[in-house]
Amino acid sequence: MDYIRYIEKTHEYYRGQGYDKTYNYAYNKDIPFVPLKKPLSECRVTLVSTASFLLLDEEGLPLEEPRMLGTNELEVFTEPSDWSVNRILSTSEDHDRYQTDMNDVNAFFPTTRMQEFLKEGIFGALSKNYYRALPNYSHRKTTEVDGPEILRQCLEDNVDVALLTPV
Amino acid sequence: MSLVARVLEAGGISTVTYTNGRDIAASAGNPRQIFLNYPLGNPAGRPHDPENQRSVLRAGLKLLEDAERPGIIVDLPYTWSDSRVWIEKFMTDEQPFISEDAEAKRQDLLKKAREQKARQIH
Repeated sequence: MDYIRYIEKTHEYYRGQGYDKTYNYAYNKDIPFVPLKKPLSECRVTLVSTASFLLLDEEGLPLEEPRMLGTNELEVFTEPSDWSVNRILSTSEDHDRYQTDMNDVNAFFPTTRMQEFLKEGIFGALSKNYYRALPNYSHRKTTEVDGPEILRQCLEDNVDVALLTPV
Repeated sequence: MSLVARVLEAGGISTVTYTNGRDIAASAGNPRQIFLNYPLGNPAGRPHDPENQRSVLRAGLKLLEDAERPGIIVDLPYTWSDSRVWIEKFMTDEQPFISEDAEAKRQDLLKKAREQKARQIH
């Protein structure tokens, strides 16, 4: 299969730029696994993404500030699952800008498709909120702080299934 | 993102991750991966193509229903383009990943984040 090996590519690229320290991608051998416990049509489903975007008010003005990785504060942000896709503005810098422009939110944060699946009875319910985490260079922060917070809120909301879309 | 999937899965929530970066998610030990061989930024399907987006999402739901062990990767058959230019040019001098503007913005936000972090420590 002809696809981009990003780990190799990133290492090559930064070495070429003169950096001796390259980005340390996560590596794990053991993988946690929990089989689906009931039919999807009875499941409560959420969406989790590292897509960067701003929620807009009725007039199309941003309701929040752009955010960036690097602090020790909790960096988990929610978005109501019934939020209109027209009030989401992508601020991503982490896409291939020569190929795609991020104007169609559903290509990376498929909120309209999920609303369709709910209406069609494919899902039992949607979670109250969807979740956004920042792409974080700290594996520890993601594993010990942001990840557990998303889990806590999901369990509180009785979520059964999560769809994840990294950007 | 795969690290979040692992935390959720360990906490009892079944997950499926839709990716454009097959090797990154595989290396991280992702529980269930749907790989879509499109340029970064389109993990949930082709922009402005709801039918393709639905098919991509449905593939993940099928994987959720079928998977009996962790670490399965489903490679979707969709292709971005007849040309492989996007694969060749990615992250080259000709097409650097981050634009100068974006890099300046990133540095500015990073600086703010570092200052915030310093204030937390003191």
